Amino acid sequence: MNVLTENFHTYAEGFLGTVQLTVYSSVLALVLGFLMASFRVAPVSSLRVFGTAWVTVLRNTPLTLLFFAVLLGLPRFGLVLPFKVFAVIALGCYTSAFICEALRSGINTVPRGQGEAARSLGMTFGQTLNLVILPQAFRSVIPPIGSTLIALAKNSAIAGAFSVTELLGTYKTLSELGYNVVWTFVWIAVGYLVITLAISALFHLMEREWGVAR
Amino acid sequence: MFRTPRVPAALALLTALLTVVGAGLTGCGKEGSPPGKGPAADKLPTYQVAQRFRLPDSPTWTRARKRGYFVVGVKEDQPYLGERDPATGVYSGFDIEIARMISASLGLDPKTIRFKTIASANRETALQNGQIDYYVGTYTINANRRKLVGFAGPYYMAGQSLLVRRDENDIHGPEDLDGKRVCSAAGSTPYQRIRTDYPKAILVAYDTYSVCVDNLLTYQVDAVTTDDAILIGYAAKAPGELKVVGKPFSKEPYGIGVPRDDNALRFAMNDALEARQKNGDWKRAYEATLGLSGVPAPEPPPIDRYPAS
Amino acid sequence: MTGAATALYDVPGPRTRRRHRLYGVLATVLILALLAWILYLLFDTEQFTYTKWMPFEYKGIQELLLRGLGNSLKAFAMAAVLSLALGGLLATGRLSEHRPVRWSATVVVEFFRAMPVLVMIFFIFVALKVQPLPALVAGLTLYNGSVLAEVFRAGVESVERGQREAAFALGMRKSQVMAYVLVPQAVRAMLPAIISQLVVALKDTSLGYLITYEEFLHAGKLIASNLDYDLPFIPVVMVISPIYIGMCMLLSWFAGWAARREQRSPKTEAVEVAPAEPGTLLPGGGAPTAPRP
Repeated sequence: MNVLTENFHTYAEGFLGTVQLTVYSSVLALVLGFLMASFRVAPVSSLRVFGTAWVTVLRNTPLTLLFFAVLLGLPRFGLVLPFKVFAVIALGCYTSAFICEALRSGINTVPRGQGEAARSLGMTFGQTLNLVILPQAFRSVIPPIGSTLIALAKNSAIAGAFSVTELLGTYKTLSELGYNVVWTFVWIAVGYLVITLAISALFHLMEREWGVAR
Repeated sequence: MFRTPRVPAALALLTALLTVVGAGLTGCGKEGSPPGKGPAADKLPTYQVAQRFRLPDSPTWTRARKRGYFVVGVKEDQPYLGERDPATGVYSGFDIEIARMISASLGLDPKTIRFKTIASANRETALQNGQIDYYVGTYTINANRRKLVGFAGPYYMAGQSLLVRRDENDIHGPEDLDGKRVCSAAGSTPYQRIRTDYPKAILVAYDTYSVCVDNLLTYQVDAVTTDDAILIGYAAKAPGELKVVGKPFSKEPYGIGVPRDDNALRFAMNDALEARQKNGDWKRAYEATLGLSGVPAPEPPPIDRYPAS
Repeated sequence: MTGAATALYDVPGPRTRRRHRLYGVLATVLILALLAWILYLLFDTEQFTYTKWMPFEYKGIQELLLRGLGNSLKAFAMAAVLSLALGGLLATGRLSEHRPVRWSATVVVEFFRAMPVLVMIFFIFVALKVQPLPALVAGLTLYNGSVLAEVFRAGVESVERGQREAAFALGMRKSQVMAYVLVPQAVRAMLPAIISQLVVALKDTSLGYLITYEEFLHAGKLIASNLDYDLPFIPVVMVISPIYIGMCMLLSWFAGWAARREQRSPKTEAVEVAPAEPGTLLPGGGAPTAPRP
């Protein structure tokens, strides 16, 4: 029990690390995912191919392999960045594939007539997408994006094994100090629950505010 | 009815995959292992196996005796210290020699040892759950670890030091690191020490030391820092290009990790180490491994025979 | 559903088509430039030198990689079988009529779905002091089993109400209704989601690398971090990732095939199935809850 109080600093540092990783990667994943989703519905075929390849490859890549390739492979290109930045890149790119799919199926839930109506009003592709389709798709993608970001928060644990300061990694420090491992892990688990519950609460709020009435 | 046009595509993918794996990975390979860098010892020392050695008080020894060999945890990525040839799976290095001589002294032929790679983070776990009988791999003895495992030895007194290029004349110790790029493993103790004690050095961190050493050779960093034993091993890989400089600025006594409660095993290993130091086996082992770097063998450290716990 | 993409823009006229062609050329050039730049970087940083690729010629190295791949597949096979069993067990618990059983099954499922699978694996490995392979398999089983339990439950509950009522009306006991009426229809309908979850399990076997299980990635790291071979990190990634991605894609494709097949099968008419996209299940994402009656 006293593992937490005596090592509050270590835990807080790890917790903050996980929160940072989650927030930064979420932003990257949302931006990239949005970009890829618009590529995938674009009228230009080479963009569609690129978007599809991006999603197919990343969805079928084990995240550990991606971490391996980014954290250990990119420096071989002479690209040396802090491990945290690498971790954000790996997590963000990986999650962007899932965000893209959530957005795309969200676009698919918008009734066809909406797109047709916008079109018949003379709107361009960009206008149709931005003014008609996406605002409606947004409502139905809140829950799947929420669960994708929860998965992201959980996946950030892998970064700890690649020497990035985050919650799971604190067990190493604490077991070196000789604390009871079971309690160490209990508090790590609580930390992750706090983060995932916070994300889930946030998205519940958003859904209540803007979600589709079912 | 169930046939879809995409079946052939998937079958093609499957065939391609199997062909790549099959053709690329079986049958048409060269024997042996790829040529390595650095010198190799002409002959590794052999250790006399103690006959009729018994240690019934030690559960670890009894278990090993019954199965006929020791299972020893080691490192696999430290040249001339604990290194595994990826092609042949053979382990070599100073730590490996220590593991061998200990096995011989405890009455089990060193040829029968099964080595097992255990990462630093999992050493205590591996000893506690009986995955390995003992651990030899740059394992620094300290008070916190002693709460979890027992330590025989130390068998080597390491200390944090600096590896630089042979043509480097400006760096003689950690106090010369101001403004220099220094590489170490992310999150390691040597990394933390440089960060707090020598804040003017520019730190670069990688996952593995071999990447640091490569960066040193390609002039991307000016020094690599960690325990001198590890650095001496890397220096031996490229003796014409690298050197270890300065006095070690920390004390890292390397011990043999054993299960915490097995005092009988620990005492027997202490005796064995002392005997091997006296009869010259320790020095021969050093010369056949780390000694190839040109760094002469140091005096072995005194054994720390702390009382039974 | 596929119509949405075309509903976004008109069938292009000649001028738009010309503009699109221009965009297309521009985008293609941009993407090709990106690829060329990456290729240039690969050559510039000397990733294609003989020293870096030579290790792969040797039998010992090939065997090391194959052994790693074999270990990965072994962990996957064990985790898959055990997860299916655990999933079935937990789903039975969640559908039980006895409140304590139902509640405890719910608690177990919710807990393991909320925990990062890596935290579970590390807990089993470090705190319970288990060997790497069983720790990996146990972690994967607990997590995927819990997710599969939700998949099974959703599947059973999505079978049309009338089927259950008709079966009860015929005088079947609950176990009979389950075994002969609901489960056979639900399993068919849920097959795509089940396979998708197995893709997650296959991907997650690579977590074994982090607890020193000697799987595929571990073999790769051993080769890649060797100074003698000039640190072939990029070549190793180029060899390993197509195999990993190929295996996962194959399984994903199989899930998609099963889904398309189910949509046409008359045997599953009574089940409303959300068209499960292959691999839409994220590690940690919720089960695809089919619409309930």
